[in-house]
Amino acid sequence: MLTFIIRRTLWTVVVMFVITVVVFFIFFKTPGVDPARALAGRNPSPQTLAEVRAQLGLNRPLLVQYGLMMKRIFITRNLVSYSDQGQLVIPEIFAAAPATLSLVFGAAIIWIVMAIVMGVAAARLRGRIYDPILMILALIGLSAPVFWIGQVANLITQGGLHNSVFSWVPPLGYTSFTVSPLHWFTGLVFPWITLSILYIGFYARVLRANLLEIQTEDYVRTARAKGLSERRVLLRHTLRTSMITFVSLFGLDFGALVGGGAILTEVVFGIHGVGFLTWQALQNLDLPTIMAVVIYGAFFIVLMNALVDIAYAWLDPRVRPA
Amino acid sequence: MADPLLDIRNLKVAFRTDDGLVRAVDGVSLSLYEGETLGIVGESGSGKSVTMMSVMRLITDPNAQFDGEVIYKGTNLMGMSQDQIRSIRGAGISMIFQDPMTSLNPVYKVGWQIEEQIREHEHVSRPAARDRAVELLTAVGIPNARERADAYPHQFSGGMRQRVMIAMAVSCNPDVLIADEPTTALDVTIQAQILSLIKKLKQDFGTAVVLITHDMGVVADMADRIAVMYAGRIIEQGTQRELFYDPQHPYTWGLLGSIARLDRPRPRRLTAIPGLPPSLMQLPVGCAFGERCAHRFERCRETPLLLDRAGPGHLDACHLSAQQKQDVRDRTIHPELVEERP
Repeated sequence: MLTFIIRRTLWTVVVMFVITVVVFFIFFKTPGVDPARALAGRNPSPQTLAEVRAQLGLNRPLLVQYGLMMKRIFITRNLVSYSDQGQLVIPEIFAAAPATLSLVFGAAIIWIVMAIVMGVAAARLRGRIYDPILMILALIGLSAPVFWIGQVANLITQGGLHNSVFSWVPPLGYTSFTVSPLHWFTGLVFPWITLSILYIGFYARVLRANLLEIQTEDYVRTARAKGLSERRVLLRHTLRTSMITFVSLFGLDFGALVGGGAILTEVVFGIHGVGFLTWQALQNLDLPTIMAVVIYGAFFIVLMNALVDIAYAWLDPRVRPA
Repeated sequence: MADPLLDIRNLKVAFRTDDGLVRAVDGVSLSLYEGETLGIVGESGSGKSVTMMSVMRLITDPNAQFDGEVIYKGTNLMGMSQDQIRSIRGAGISMIFQDPMTSLNPVYKVGWQIEEQIREHEHVSRPAARDRAVELLTAVGIPNARERADAYPHQFSGGMRQRVMIAMAVSCNPDVLIADEPTTALDVTIQAQILSLIKKLKQDFGTAVVLITHDMGVVADMADRIAVMYAGRIIEQGTQRELFYDPQHPYTWGLLGSIARLDRPRPRRLTAIPGLPPSLMQLPVGCAFGERCAHRFERCRETPLLLDRAGPGHLDACHLSAQQKQDVRDRTIHPELVEERP
């Protein structure tokens, strides 16, 4: 197990290194990208441009620039944003992380519970009208764009009904849990729902298909032949084995979202999380921030991947290292 | 004779498909008496598994239609609610399946899987169920049973898994054990071990056994009575002796001809039954075996009834007269052995 963890960690380092290299060079190879021009003001003289360039270190060889950036991210942690010279990138990300974590954790709980309920219900009610109804609902959830659902939610809760039914919904934005737990919760209810709808649809459909497939397995027939109740067969035998697929999917999606993948939800609801930061950095072509966010995101994806592998071994004795 | 333990009366099972109705079981009647072993023989698709799965009400296909009665201890299993049939499954009647590699849940320890069944049917504490599971595993010949109970199915070989399945099946002292091709997926050397284990447990527990197989060798070794199935019907039924020494139906002859027997001179070639079984969607008019039968005549266009033509208790569904059967039988089973005789 220890060698497994060590190998896993080393592999993580390699993956993250490759990601940083790719992001860095894509940035400089993209046509039209010149942070100096963006900062130097309107119609800058060649002199000013050269000055700004020197200031940002853009006149040095790419490899040196890459090395400096990595040093500033990991060692001195004083990487400065291109677009806002007063802004240190690393603390900015750490300040944004709690908002993203709050959003994603809450949404994940909703989507796990709802997807299991819907998937199990659809599989159990197969052959009746409820199964297709549930699956069409899931398909709608799956295909409704997040920004649209978010805007509609805002329109309703912040607009027409804000003074009556939804008076408990605070204005857009994120309130830290330490400031006011109540506002933290009420402010996140609709972002949570919005973010989870897509995943509920997807996971419910995957789970249903998986349950139906496992229901035809010989060991499920054995469970019935033992005289177990349908409920027990479904929960302890069928669903238990489906969790292997479910958990591996969940780990990847969750990692991607924590790593800044909830951009749309964060932007629509004005939650200043990592996704929001990414969105701003992309608009300004702010390489230091993009780079830091990408590394941060990659870290979570790889971390979740490792956790999934461990969960896998826990769920499926066949893959447990001896 | 005493009342049968399990009495299948005119059981019919059909599956609705896009192409029409598939009559998998077409009017099967069978009785199982206390303590006996009944062999059901037939090739794939003859309806032998579907018959016994229907008895357990294990067919969940919503397109299946059932008709007929299965009387167990005075009650009709076919008319029972799900909850009622559940109390019989695994306790009164239990079943072991063909493929031990896939019949155990891969994510639970084998001991736990046996305990689960015991605790479903009896109010016993976990440690007590545990002790029983270990006892059963020992009884089916698993060494270090107390330790092995904590192993997962994938840590067992196929033969050992089938032993676990058998331990599980007899864990609640069932009256009837249905073994659906229990040795088909196993090595030949393991087959004999599993069969003698079933035999031993049958003696120790007094369980009646229904042995489903396509292997005439297995029933020769195990069964007291044998029913031969073809295209969803029983075409011959009798004691083991009657079936092997006085077979009445040309299909039974074909089955016997296709195995090598140690108690007879060895033929140079085994005979095979020509052709394929008919589609269960469009059974031919009359005798279902007619098209493959070498002794077919006009009357075969009428469906032959299963009657005791050869003596009490020995039923067959063939129109040939007893004399005709005797005349052509040996020639059909082993043509060359007959020809070589002066």
